Amino acid sequence: MTKAKRNRLIYNMITYGLVIAAFIILQSMVDAKTITRSLKGQLVPICAWVVMAVSLNLVIGFSGELSLGHAGFMSVGAYTGTIVSGWMLNVFDVQDTTLRLVVAILAGGLMAGLAGTLIGIPVLRLRGDYLAIVTLAFGEIIRNLVNVLYVGIADGRLQASFLKKTLPSQAIMLVDGAKGAVKIKPISNFTMGFILVMITLIVVINLINSRTGRAIQATRDNRIAAESMGVSVIRYKMTAFVTASVLAGMAGALYGLNATTVVPTQFTFNQSINVLVFVVLGGLGNILGSVISAAFLTVLPELLREFSDLRMLLYAIVLILVMIFTNNPLIRDFIGRLFQSLRRRFSHGSQDETTGGETK
Amino acid sequence: MSQEERRRADTRMVPYPSHSIVPERDVNSIPVLETRHLGIEFGGLKAVEDFNLTIGRTEIAGLIGPNGAGKTTVFNLITKVYEPTRGIVLINGHDTKGLNIVQASRLGIARTFQNIRLFSQMTVEENVRIGLHNQIRYDMFTGILRLPRYWKQERKQHQQAMELLSLFGMQDMADVRADSLPYGAQRRLEIIRAMATNPSLLLLDEPAAGMNPKETEELMENIVRIRDQFQIAVLLIEHDMNLVMGICEGICVLSFGKIIAKGTPADIQKNPVVIEAYLGRKKEAQA
Amino acid sequence: MIFLDNLINGLSLGSIYAIIALGYTMVYGIAKMLNFAHGDVIMVGGYMAFCGLQYWGVPTVLSLVIAMAVCTVLGVTIEGLAYRPLRQAPGLAVLITAIGMSYLLQNLALMIWGANPKSFPTTFINGSSIRLGSLNISSATVYTILANVIIMVLLTLFTSRTRMGKAMRCVSQDRGAAQLMGINVNRTITVTFAIGSALAAIAGVLLCSSYPILQPTTGSMPGIKAFTAAVFGGIGSIPGAMLGGVLLGVIEIFGKAYISTELGDAIVFAVLIVVLLVRPTGLLGKAVREKV
Repeated sequence: MTKAKRNRLIYNMITYGLVIAAFIILQSMVDAKTITRSLKGQLVPICAWVVMAVSLNLVIGFSGELSLGHAGFMSVGAYTGTIVSGWMLNVFDVQDTTLRLVVAILAGGLMAGLAGTLIGIPVLRLRGDYLAIVTLAFGEIIRNLVNVLYVGIADGRLQASFLKKTLPSQAIMLVDGAKGAVKIKPISNFTMGFILVMITLIVVINLINSRTGRAIQATRDNRIAAESMGVSVIRYKMTAFVTASVLAGMAGALYGLNATTVVPTQFTFNQSINVLVFVVLGGLGNILGSVISAAFLTVLPELLREFSDLRMLLYAIVLILVMIFTNNPLIRDFIGRLFQSLRRRFSHGSQDETTGGETK
Repeated sequence: MSQEERRRADTRMVPYPSHSIVPERDVNSIPVLETRHLGIEFGGLKAVEDFNLTIGRTEIAGLIGPNGAGKTTVFNLITKVYEPTRGIVLINGHDTKGLNIVQASRLGIARTFQNIRLFSQMTVEENVRIGLHNQIRYDMFTGILRLPRYWKQERKQHQQAMELLSLFGMQDMADVRADSLPYGAQRRLEIIRAMATNPSLLLLDEPAAGMNPKETEELMENIVRIRDQFQIAVLLIEHDMNLVMGICEGICVLSFGKIIAKGTPADIQKNPVVIEAYLGRKKEAQA
Repeated sequence: MIFLDNLINGLSLGSIYAIIALGYTMVYGIAKMLNFAHGDVIMVGGYMAFCGLQYWGVPTVLSLVIAMAVCTVLGVTIEGLAYRPLRQAPGLAVLITAIGMSYLLQNLALMIWGANPKSFPTTFINGSSIRLGSLNISSATVYTILANVIIMVLLTLFTSRTRMGKAMRCVSQDRGAAQLMGINVNRTITVTFAIGSALAAIAGVLLCSSYPILQPTTGSMPGIKAFTAAVFGGIGSIPGAMLGGVLLGVIEIFGKAYISTELGDAIVFAVLIVVLLVRPTGLLGKAVREKV
């Protein structure tokens, strides 16, 4: 096995191991009732945001396109999930919450994937900044549309109307326009969240280490060269985009079914930016980084409740500084040299481990 | 001789059939590349005009000319980066009209770029594996689920990538990130990556640019070796006349978008039109 | 009559979009970046004018000048501190930085002025209205459309007649060549940001005069829509920004009036997507070939 492969394997094992360890510790804390109330309430959202961050990293870090509408896919999943769950409960009388949750998550992923496909076909023909602004636009369109969506159960079947509420007054409303999804029976649980995180990790990590994933990365590094090698750029950008939107939809269903209401304003552009912050701070193309930063930054605001105003300010400053530090050649060189001299000081002239030796 | 054959003989650079090329592959076979009256305009400016060229199965051909003559544009027309405004390009006898870059690549052309375009954040081996993208395949779900086929095909890809890298003795650098390679190695990697697509025609855009004489010498040997080993045709753009005259069997000279001369290296060296295009008129040259 | 009312409202809103879009389009044309924070500079302009009128009691015109001055300094500072170090960086990094800057401005405004909406005071801009037959046109509308026309004429003259304007056009076409010709590229970009930000201040005051509610997020939606307008008209083109802005304003008002109030934004963004699909370079934009 080559050294690069071994390193990658170790890195992936650490990622899986850390997530499993975190689950076992937190779950045993829940069982022993030693967990704080606020952290317990955060367990499912943490899982959802980790899935969001990892899936967005697939789009930004690996296919190199900036999507600013990721929260839009999450909302599609959340709404679909709550509708499906309510439908199963009220019409088919399915009492098994696990079954309802699994079906709801799958349905959420499916719908979001469908939305991702519809959006991806036109959008991925565009490049760079245009793509960013159009994904943003799509996120806003989705939010606008669910704002005027009414879904409820009347006469023993699922009914929906658009723009105007035409459902009978005795109907059990599932989605009530600007009020959002209402009277949800929360059925999400931490175990399901953990399973979803693991699925996401397996899908994304295996994908990027496969033929498809290498093609995705090639389209990021050099579009023309990738096409010249016979790699269809649009197809692989699409693959990354749709996979990410399916995962975001599943996260949305999990997230939506964790509360009693879901309102459209929960999935604004700001929420997309939040996920972007997770990804950038964790490192573009760094899966473990996304997991840690999403989990940490979801818990942090709860811990620093009194500084909530400062938090967003801090996010903004950190976002700018990280970009400047990682992308300005002068500063990057300076930091690189600093690390090198530090390492030299501590390792007392031991063998330099970088491969090649010829690197400039 | 049929009319078709006569027309091809007209647009050839090398007398047909050439002695220097592997004759049994070339005779009576469809040329690997054929362009007829190829031309493109950029906003009224004719960048390339009436470009006719035929390249045999295993020929090494050179495309030379002063800067701005339209050489890279010809490459872009052949590889379908640009859609020609006039004329046609046939690759292995297939008309490329309306095809995109990917489809053209699948017909059997591969290229390198004047300003290196590697997948810079990926390793050397991964770069070659992208070249093998359409050679060794498996679908996305096989990859995600890591089915037996995934392991089998991955092993095959790895072996072939290493074999290709060993062509230029680069197997030790397989795990290095492409953008940390020295310049010469980056150029070599581009050629290997192009070869991985199993082309029948390899287009090299200034392969010797920025190389020292020793590296250029090696490059020349390597190009000939690749041609002999893989039995492919090579069309190269180059300013280094030692390289062009040393390995090309046919040379085509482009100036202001038009072919001004075509023939064997010996013909070109004597051609007064070519000398004028490169050095200007005698009077001006003296001034 | 309702149709005419809507048309005039659309023209007025569109003129505001157009002025904002000019800032986007100039910066995009010259620095090749999407200045996401531009919308928030508008918000700062609005707040500065608000402070001038409400707290410091200065006349309207002076408040406008203060707003323009502060925004100009702000724009130049943002460019120098955040964007200049990233001149050679990939587009993704610059865009994320710009998003960070947008967030920073919004949250600073939140800390300084609080989350409660401020109501913009009445000035001569939005004080009176003009009656034309049965048509009632507010003075804000008149000033907005007037400002739009004047700015358009001045900018066209600036880019075609002055040294700096010509330098800008050079830099937008080929930065490297412009530098070789002795044009100070950094200074040109700074001036572009200065002009764009000053225009944003004007747009901010006009926006708040027509829609007198001021919040830290006031600028973001008009900013995004104005960018849409710039893309619609053809990014990098000054007449394109004008045309795109006005058309988008009219489309938005008509969409809200005749289709659905709630779907106004969705309609605007749907227009953007359709335009980009049918004509990716926008109405007046020129296609740029990628060099291979």
